[in-house]
Amino acid sequence: MTTIDLGMPAEGPIADAIARSIDSHGEKQTALKAKDLKTDQEVRWCPGCGDYVILNAVQSFLPSLGIAREDMVIVSGIGCSSRFPYYMNTYGMHSIHGRAPAIATGLAASRPDLSVWVVTGDGDALSIGGNHLIHTLRRNVNLKILLFNNRIYGLTKGQYSPTSEVGKVTKSTPMGSLDHPFNPVSLALGADATFVGRAMDSDRKGLTEVLHQAAEHQGTALVEIYQNCNIFNDGAFDLLKDPATGVQWSIPLEHGKPLVFGPDGASCVVRDEFGGLRIAETNQVAADEIVVHDATREDPSYAFALSRLSSQDLRYTPMGVFRSVQKPTYDRMMADQVEEARTSSSADLDALLTGSDTWTVSA
Amino acid sequence: MTTTDPSVGTSTAGSSAPGGLVKSVVELDRVVIRLAGDSGDGMQLTGNRFTSETASFGNDLSTLPNFPAEIRAPTGTLPGVSSFQLHFADHDIMTPGDAPDVLVAMNPAALKANLSDLPGGGLLIIDADEFTPRNLAKVGYATNPLEDGSLEGWQTVSVQLTTLTLEALADSGLGKKEAERSKNMFTLGLLSWMYHRPTEGTVRFLERQFRRKPEIAAANIAAFRAGYNYGETTEAFAVSYEIKPAPMAPGRYRNISGNQALALGIVAAGQRSGLPVFLGAYPITPASDILHELSRHKAFGVRTFQAEDEIAGVASAIGASFGGALGVTTTSGPGVSLKSEAIGLAVMTELPLVVVDVQRGGPSTGLPTKTEQSDLLQAMFGRNGEAPVPVVAPRSPADCFDAAIEAARIALTYRTPVLLLSDGYLANGAEPWAIPDTEELPDLRVEFATEPNATTPDGTPEFQPYLRDPETLARPWAIPGTAGMQHRIGGLEKADKTGNISYDPANHDLMTRLRQAKVDGIAASIPPTDVDDPDGPDGEKARVAVIGWGSTYGPIGAACRRIRRSGRSVAQIHLRHLNPMPADLGEVLRRYDRVICPEMNLGQLSLLLRAKYLVDVESHTQVRGLPFRAAELAAVVQDVIDSTTGGAQ
Repeated sequence: MTTIDLGMPAEGPIADAIARSIDSHGEKQTALKAKDLKTDQEVRWCPGCGDYVILNAVQSFLPSLGIAREDMVIVSGIGCSSRFPYYMNTYGMHSIHGRAPAIATGLAASRPDLSVWVVTGDGDALSIGGNHLIHTLRRNVNLKILLFNNRIYGLTKGQYSPTSEVGKVTKSTPMGSLDHPFNPVSLALGADATFVGRAMDSDRKGLTEVLHQAAEHQGTALVEIYQNCNIFNDGAFDLLKDPATGVQWSIPLEHGKPLVFGPDGASCVVRDEFGGLRIAETNQVAADEIVVHDATREDPSYAFALSRLSSQDLRYTPMGVFRSVQKPTYDRMMADQVEEARTSSSADLDALLTGSDTWTVSA
Repeated sequence: MTTTDPSVGTSTAGSSAPGGLVKSVVELDRVVIRLAGDSGDGMQLTGNRFTSETASFGNDLSTLPNFPAEIRAPTGTLPGVSSFQLHFADHDIMTPGDAPDVLVAMNPAALKANLSDLPGGGLLIIDADEFTPRNLAKVGYATNPLEDGSLEGWQTVSVQLTTLTLEALADSGLGKKEAERSKNMFTLGLLSWMYHRPTEGTVRFLERQFRRKPEIAAANIAAFRAGYNYGETTEAFAVSYEIKPAPMAPGRYRNISGNQALALGIVAAGQRSGLPVFLGAYPITPASDILHELSRHKAFGVRTFQAEDEIAGVASAIGASFGGALGVTTTSGPGVSLKSEAIGLAVMTELPLVVVDVQRGGPSTGLPTKTEQSDLLQAMFGRNGEAPVPVVAPRSPADCFDAAIEAARIALTYRTPVLLLSDGYLANGAEPWAIPDTEELPDLRVEFATEPNATTPDGTPEFQPYLRDPETLARPWAIPGTAGMQHRIGGLEKADKTGNISYDPANHDLMTRLRQAKVDGIAASIPPTDVDDPDGPDGEKARVAVIGWGSTYGPIGAACRRIRRSGRSVAQIHLRHLNPMPADLGEVLRRYDRVICPEMNLGQLSLLLRAKYLVDVESHTQVRGLPFRAAELAAVVQDVIDSTTGGAQ
């Protein structure tokens, strides 16, 4: 079990309320089991939805962080995935479409003592909420964003989404969609996100590993989770899930390990002549030409090049942590400014209201 | 009786200026000065400095800055004219004045844009240097008004302000262009002499403002003093004016603008509640100054977040409120449009939130720098569903302080978003403010919920986030970090008490009515209707009432004073709370034969009053981007009174 340092304690009436709750409940309970995180609410996703697997994985993994459940907050937007908070026995807000990162920013920036998570989907995060997502990433607010990407609008019953492949035939695009999709990892790296990972809903081990690294990251972490919508876009990720093809087309990312993949490690990643990356056959290149994965590179262009290896049909999809670099977090810097202001000037309300130019009228 | 012509007054004394000139001093009870120039001429700064001098001298005052939305429209053109009007008096005044007594025109454009507002005989001070053929042509003057006799109806004093400034700064080492910039300070010096203003404050201000550029500070101070000395020595001005300090209630005063007062009100609300303040805001005219001001007060635990857009501004404030902060967002009308959905979320989640709308001319981008009151119905109803939101409006620049505290009180007590409707005139206008005793400000402390408030059927204690306080109908505010109180809230309909998702028809009906009842119930915590209804000189009762809200308080009040001076009776009713309205308002309105409602929109409050109270409120409206003129308003109301009472009383 790791214990995540949540940083500065709260103060004022907020600290008093927390102290009162400790008085009546005893010290914070950080030794949790998955069942402690379940609520009494009936889970209402469609049977067979990938969201169930993710919920279970999250409930199983969170106790390992050593954070009391009252110190966790899950904020979501609108969409199937955004029902997530109702099923988590933490604090939670199921907000409005696309705005979860902005709401979570206000919460995390004013309460650096909390572990704040955003659960969102491809439509919520990348379409209506695209602006909030990129700005949250560039600010590096201490938030963990789980982006469930099913490449479809499920809750509105099956329109194409900003991650749907070109030509997707849906209810709103009977002749095929015309939009070129976003690659969420590329987008996040373009916004200079300090942590970007990708995992598969059904891969419990891989998902847990990425989530763990995201949780330990100080700053905004974006985790794209490929999630199957068995009603409106069933089998969208089968190419990667099917044991026969998955090995061939997934590129597992492990920090410090050469990027070799495919059956018997037949394929690998090497540099191309323009400073990007390309796929090569392992037996056709020298061992030292194979790129060794380094998630800590300051310059995001390497991680970006990795993200561009995959095509719309999911061939050559890197899975794992693309980038994990340290930068000061927004909430910490904001708290530091408050601290600095307090050191250099006193909070004297009388003096503030009085200002510098006054006159007195005597009786 | 007031004097509108500064040349008419009581000559009280003569003063001997250096050079043997004997200058007379005329005592006035009030003066309205308008400074007009190019947006780059520094008219707002000059106006603000003159205001500060006037405030520290002890006059009552009211200001009306009026400037274009463009930062620098093309020099010398009509769209680039910026002006600042200041009304100051030896008595209590309510408006920045209908028309100036003195117009300072720094160029032909400023003259052309403002001359029609200067009554005949008024004093006109002109920078003659700027009346070049090129500048005259820019604004369509075929001949020079200084020479063609077209200014004969006014007392015109043509001064070479630019030349005199350059002469004063000949030894400053500054280039011509830089030196010219100080002509506004020369003008300020001249006006300071004319109206016997104290000068130390301006000298201190300039030293402070340009402490990193001492040569610029020195030049401005030199120009300021040169202007003052010019007034004293020139033959162009034979008279100076004295306006005695106004009698005010004892106490300590400062000059304050609406935006500044509003920002300080928010800081004070944070201090009085003990809660950290979180402001999420996106820059927008005319509200940005509140963000600027609050960003300077981090020592008070105020966190300001300049968001990526208006929606993130309000959303971040809601997030902060969920965490136990006093969440605030500041904007103007277009921003409220964008925030509407999130305000609905705050209605549903029943979290405290203060939404400040500094109204400006609309619709759409409208008139960003001009004032209007046209967001009232948006504040009331501009959301999907039945989403009642309390609405509070300040009535004067200084009142923005108290109104902000009141908005925070309602938000914190009732766990609801509150719309605080200021406007462009209040925001930028200024007036003296009696500095309050902080100990006497309302106590806004809140109690966060830390213990279960219910039990499950099997007897286990549980926390129900929507179990309401029977008196206020507010739900408990339990914040993350508090053990055992974990709960989920959101935009979906809540089951009564438990807050779980509910699609039950009867529950939705109940919750919709509960949210409405909670807001309606705020009326129990607000004072009765504010009615100013003195009997006439012979004890006669007013049969006509004028009702207003927000910034029309000053013009309506000034109009009522005029009407009363003419021997007629009239009542002034002013609303601070627009939703809910005071409980006795219907009864108050029915006391009068006729009720007139002047508004800077097309009749939004009158629509509400007519709908709510079935009273035949008569609407009088104007949307010129400027406050009402008291004299015009008085004439309208007087006609109504005379037609009601059958002639002047």
